[in-house]
Amino acid sequence: MDLDSITVMLRSFWTVWLMVLLTGILVYAMWPGNRRTFDHAAQIPLKDDGQEF
Amino acid sequence: MTSATLTSGATLGSQRVSEDVRYYEDAIRLFVIAATFWGVVGFLAGTFIALQLAFPALNLGFEWTSFGRLRPVHTSAVIFAFGGNVLFATSLYSVQRTCRQFLFGGEGLTKFIFWNYNVFIVLAALSYVLGFTQGKEYAEPEWILDLYLTVIWVLYAIQFVGTVMTRRESHIYVANWFFLAFILTVAILHIGNNVNVPVSITGMKSYPFVSGVQSAMVQWWYGHNAVGFFLTAGFLGIMYYFVPKRAERPVYSYRLSIVHFWTLIFLYIWAGPHHLHYTSLPDWAQTLGMTFSVMLWMPSWGGMINGIMTLSGAWDKLRTDPVLRFLVTSVAFYGMSTFEGPLMSVKPVNALSHYTDWTVGHVHSGALGWVAFISFGALYFLVPVLWKRSQLYSLRLVSYHFWTATVGIVLYITAMWVSGIMQGLMWRAYDNLGFLQYSFVETVAAMHPFYVIRAMGGVLFVVGSLIMVYNLWRTAKGDVRIEKPYASTPHKAAVGAA
Repeated sequence: MDLDSITVMLRSFWTVWLMVLLTGILVYAMWPGNRRTFDHAAQIPLKDDGQEF
Repeated sequence: MTSATLTSGATLGSQRVSEDVRYYEDAIRLFVIAATFWGVVGFLAGTFIALQLAFPALNLGFEWTSFGRLRPVHTSAVIFAFGGNVLFATSLYSVQRTCRQFLFGGEGLTKFIFWNYNVFIVLAALSYVLGFTQGKEYAEPEWILDLYLTVIWVLYAIQFVGTVMTRRESHIYVANWFFLAFILTVAILHIGNNVNVPVSITGMKSYPFVSGVQSAMVQWWYGHNAVGFFLTAGFLGIMYYFVPKRAERPVYSYRLSIVHFWTLIFLYIWAGPHHLHYTSLPDWAQTLGMTFSVMLWMPSWGGMINGIMTLSGAWDKLRTDPVLRFLVTSVAFYGMSTFEGPLMSVKPVNALSHYTDWTVGHVHSGALGWVAFISFGALYFLVPVLWKRSQLYSLRLVSYHFWTATVGIVLYITAMWVSGIMQGLMWRAYDNLGFLQYSFVETVAAMHPFYVIRAMGGVLFVVGSLIMVYNLWRTAKGDVRIEKPYASTPHKAAVGAA
């Protein structure tokens, strides 16, 4: 089996690879350990940005 | 003054940093002025062509003022001139603050982008009026202007991506993800849909490299994703920065914003074929486009919920802050038009709706309700900040603008619903002998009253935008209107009355 036929074989499952990737992103977003990081990130626009009048 | 030097004693979590953060604001002000100007021009052009449809004498008998040439002037003015300048202003404003970094490449680059982009807009509009067009919706500029825009866009990408890459904030805030997707995808779409062969190197005319149904598919891959990434992803970037900023509360769910972003990115790019139902495009491609369009309903509503629920616990601000009302109403319109869109992509519905005014009404509930309203909210937020004023000239005038424009939109979209569905039904009506019941011109005559109502909606939208121009101009001058202030909370108002 040469490299080309492996590529073609893998490519034919592209919907599966995309679903795996999306599932990974969803798991990352919902992972309980990431909650603190996201809570912190949500505050970014609200930090004092030096606008003084 | 070259740029605002802000000695920030900014608080990062519990730490105080004492570094100088210099945010560039001069060029952002230019974008804000241009956006306001082009907004009025674009709305006026739209109202004029709406009146042309109702009263054809307004075509004036010249080819330069005919509907066919002025219509792309309207669409380019509102999408690329108004929307584009709003996106430049808001993205380059918020990326500095969410990355705690000045713009990569310096303010000179921003000004270079500003002047060249706006020269591009003027050249494109002139070329349409003079009759040069690729004949592709939203991609009308001919090949030489396409090349010019490519250079400008790449410089914008370098400036934005460079700022994100040199950021001092470790996390890339979600608004920047949406802006990045918008910049990158628009670059790919623009180049992909404009692979053209010029007839001669000295002439304007060119032909697409691919032809036939492939050309149509490339055009609607471009066209729908221009809606998806220019008018949606870019403006969602505005939502994720300006709604929390104005409401002074973090976004409802940051997790949902990540899911919103990635599901939108995964699904949008496939939805284009729904513009080509019942054409020579293969049936499977049409069904694919329809399926992905229906699935898009979920991320869209996830995003809408995230935007609106950001106000959870502070709903009273909707009554006391008309600027926030613009921002939140825009998100509600986003929800409404992203419900209507998937519905219209379903093939049997599309059989009725396509090529009718229903499509035009749908586009405008998104364009006026979502894109323009969130832009107005962002402009009302930005002008006092950028001109260093403590407040807007008048919040009451913002409210007048809001209601004038909202009534305008309601007139517009209801007229187009009735007109479009009537038009679709008249086209498909048969008599008992199997002949079409109506001639085409009978459907046009039946639509006349709705064309008039639509134009009235447009007039109201223009009036609203003029109220905004006056308000923003007085704000920039530093004036404050003497008016009855909005009570900050009903409780306080009650105390005051007692």
